[in-house]
Amino acid sequence: METKAKHISKRIVSRTESLVEVRKFVDTAARAFGFSEEDVANIILAVDEACTNIIKHAYHYAVDQEIEISIFPSTRSFEIRIYDNGKAFDPSLIRTPDLKDHIGHKRRGGLGVYLMKRLMDKVEYNFIPGKRNEVRLIKYRSTASTVPGG
Amino acid sequence: MTDFKIHHRDGEGVSVIELKGYLDAHTAPDLETAFQKLLTEKKYNVVVNCRDLSYISSAGLGVFMAYVEDIRKNMGDIKLTNMSPKVYNVFDLLGFPILYEIYKDEQEAVSRFKQIKK
Repeated sequence: METKAKHISKRIVSRTESLVEVRKFVDTAARAFGFSEEDVANIILAVDEACTNIIKHAYHYAVDQEIEISIFPSTRSFEIRIYDNGKAFDPSLIRTPDLKDHIGHKRRGGLGVYLMKRLMDKVEYNFIPGKRNEVRLIKYRSTASTVPGG
Repeated sequence: MTDFKIHHRDGEGVSVIELKGYLDAHTAPDLETAFQKLLTEKKYNVVVNCRDLSYISSAGLGVFMAYVEDIRKNMGDIKLTNMSPKVYNVFDLLGFPILYEIYKDEQEAVSRFKQIKK
């Protein structure tokens, strides 16, 4: 049976307080899609990391900016697109973090981007200069989780 | 409002920090304050009990990374305990088990500090 493509969106303000709303929004959608508990947890964390990066690096903690999260479920995949109007963030500058290097240096950067790549099947960044930035997070439906609750 | 609580108790030369709820970019500064307080009070033997920790993101993990060196320089350590499989998975993805001692049970971690003291 075909899963109907029906996209849902949510807008939040660029505050770390908003992360709880983001997690609830993604939780409901990922569960409805029929993902396993583990996949739901991984997707929630990846979206949290993406939004945290936007708050920190694109908006530099400005608390009055907007982040839009849109979810596009399809037959085979669950895609989350996150948009912001802040400073473009180049993830290619982020190296794979060396934990030993981070310890004691009070360096936190890179962990979120690394986690997103490990937790999702695909992570893409699109920048439209002068317009908006987009992060796409994609998780494919595994054969084991095609039946909700089964 | 994000639900996160820290409970701190001291006993027999070991400080135990209990974490409850959601540790994310919003609540990580609370954990940072707790570690700063431990350093100020020269309490370097720290057990972090994660039994009631429902969620952790990289912002929370970053706090453990930032403070472990200062604590180890003072002959102490941060030992982590009682993690749910979901929380452990996040620590594991970032390679924490190589650099941190993680125990199933708080008492086990406390005993390790006592063995070192002997």
